[in-house]
Amino acid sequence: MTTATAPAVDSVEKPGTRRRPSRTGTGVGRPGFAWAAPAALFFGLFAIVPLALVLVLSFTRWNGLGSPEFAGLENWSKLLDDPVMVKSLWLSLLLTVLGVLVQTPLSILLGVWAAGHQRNRAVLSAIYFVPLLLSITAVSVLWRAVLDPNFGVPSQATWLFGDGNLFGVQAGALGVLVFVSTWQFTPLHTLLYQGAARAIPQVLYQAAQIDGAGRYRQFFHITLPQLRNTVITSTILMVVGGLTTFDTVLILTQGGPGTDTTNSAYYMYQKAFKSFDFGAASAIALLLVLVATLVSLVMVRLSGYDKMRSTMEGV
Amino acid sequence: MRKRPHYLAGFGSVVWLFVVGLPLYVMLVATFQSRADYAANGPLGLPGNLTLDNYVNDLDNGFAQYFLNTVVVTVAVVAIVLVLVPPLAYAIVRGDGKATGRVFRLFLLGLAIPSQAVIVPMFYLINEAGLYDNLLGVILPTAAFAMPVCTLILSGVMRDITPELYEAMTVDGASPRRIFRDLVLPLSKSGLSTIVVFSSLQAWNGFLFPLVLTQSSENKVITMGLYDFQTEHGVDIPGLLAAVVLSMLPILLVYLFARRALVQGLMGVGGK
Repeated sequence: MTTATAPAVDSVEKPGTRRRPSRTGTGVGRPGFAWAAPAALFFGLFAIVPLALVLVLSFTRWNGLGSPEFAGLENWSKLLDDPVMVKSLWLSLLLTVLGVLVQTPLSILLGVWAAGHQRNRAVLSAIYFVPLLLSITAVSVLWRAVLDPNFGVPSQATWLFGDGNLFGVQAGALGVLVFVSTWQFTPLHTLLYQGAARAIPQVLYQAAQIDGAGRYRQFFHITLPQLRNTVITSTILMVVGGLTTFDTVLILTQGGPGTDTTNSAYYMYQKAFKSFDFGAASAIALLLVLVATLVSLVMVRLSGYDKMRSTMEGV
Repeated sequence: MRKRPHYLAGFGSVVWLFVVGLPLYVMLVATFQSRADYAANGPLGLPGNLTLDNYVNDLDNGFAQYFLNTVVVTVAVVAIVLVLVPPLAYAIVRGDGKATGRVFRLFLLGLAIPSQAVIVPMFYLINEAGLYDNLLGVILPTAAFAMPVCTLILSGVMRDITPELYEAMTVDGASPRRIFRDLVLPLSKSGLSTIVVFSSLQAWNGFLFPLVLTQSSENKVITMGLYDFQTEHGVDIPGLLAAVVLSMLPILLVYLFARRALVQGLMGVGGK
């Protein structure tokens, strides 16, 4: 390195190198590509290569033994004719929409509430947070036991749960899935809203108070509009998480009763590791990635989030 | 500014406390009862004779091994992340080549890949590499999938180091290696602890990769232990719930003693 001769000041450029102006100075003492290479290689091998491979495998026939054989569009055309596949897509969508509708209002309320600096709120928030610490596996196993038709809470509270077998009917099983995801992930979204609510400039509330606006008008006319960007971030997370819900389905309902809670992620797992149809499973996986990415992009575009419309306008 | 208390919100907060606390209460109470007592008292009843048998039995029936395996996986994942991510984040923040920019975009793309999407090819690759039913086969993909969020977190922290500090060291003729060691690492301590927490949570709580990439009981991690316990002895609810408690114990301890770092690490979960 020519440290001795190279200038360390922004305005002086080495001749012959075109460089966009940088606020952090020019190339001396800067790390080269070698610093990024090991991580890039590792990540490429274990994340990008599999992603590319899933595309390739979706055009093959493979039962887990031997080598995959090229099968053209066979997997794709079979999937489109598969009623369980079509149903699983609708169920994924339904679970996602229900999740967003339940979790969003709840976590906004909790987040705005937790944004207050009162002592009791801090203590309760710390307790509310516990579900997020647990693995999805632990949470699902726990709720499966708590809601067990024979030994669980429903058997003791028949006035609320009827015959007590929530897992025996579609509405009950779907309800359990939405509820358990809500129980586990509400703290994450609450945390996002809490941070955002604390960042709202106090001036806005002071001005509203001078104008005589009460608590509820302040909530609807200041807090909610100011949380707009967070609603989008949080919803995208819920949508991607909801579409790929898998562990909860596997542990709580096994896709049942029948195929009534078999969402696409669970169907993919079944295709691969129960029916050993890895080609079809790859096609479903790819479809899921495409749908999740598309939904996120559409939401970002529709909401104007990409232009980062500032909530600071007029402050 | 002191506000009058909000009674409706207070009521709501108690309701939510009940929703959050009820299953945790049922769990704790159940684990200290024998199966017969639990069946007699019901999940909401008050326990009579307390016993530690459920925990002892679980540990005897493999959970000690699963616990140890999970520790191995977690430590290895954190080690890989700590070796690979800081130089990467440094290169992203301070490197001036187009290549580093491309690498960063690659990792941003990684944020959008759910692990479900790649389990089939991962199963294929790990099989081909002869790592099926081997903890290393779980460690490698788990580390790779923790990297995008860690990179995002750490490069964010490194970006906050003021350019003047870099320039001062550069004027002194410091090499990138020295700047990294003497300036960047010491000033990114908060980010480093966040990525340690995030990646260890990912490893400790990971389920999908162990589910499809391991099989034998000597290579089981604790989440798999829970899942198999439930499918095989689902009726032994006190034993099952004691296993759940064992699986969450280390995280709860960290939560008690290092809440701030843990919460920041969990915010990273949102990126996934």
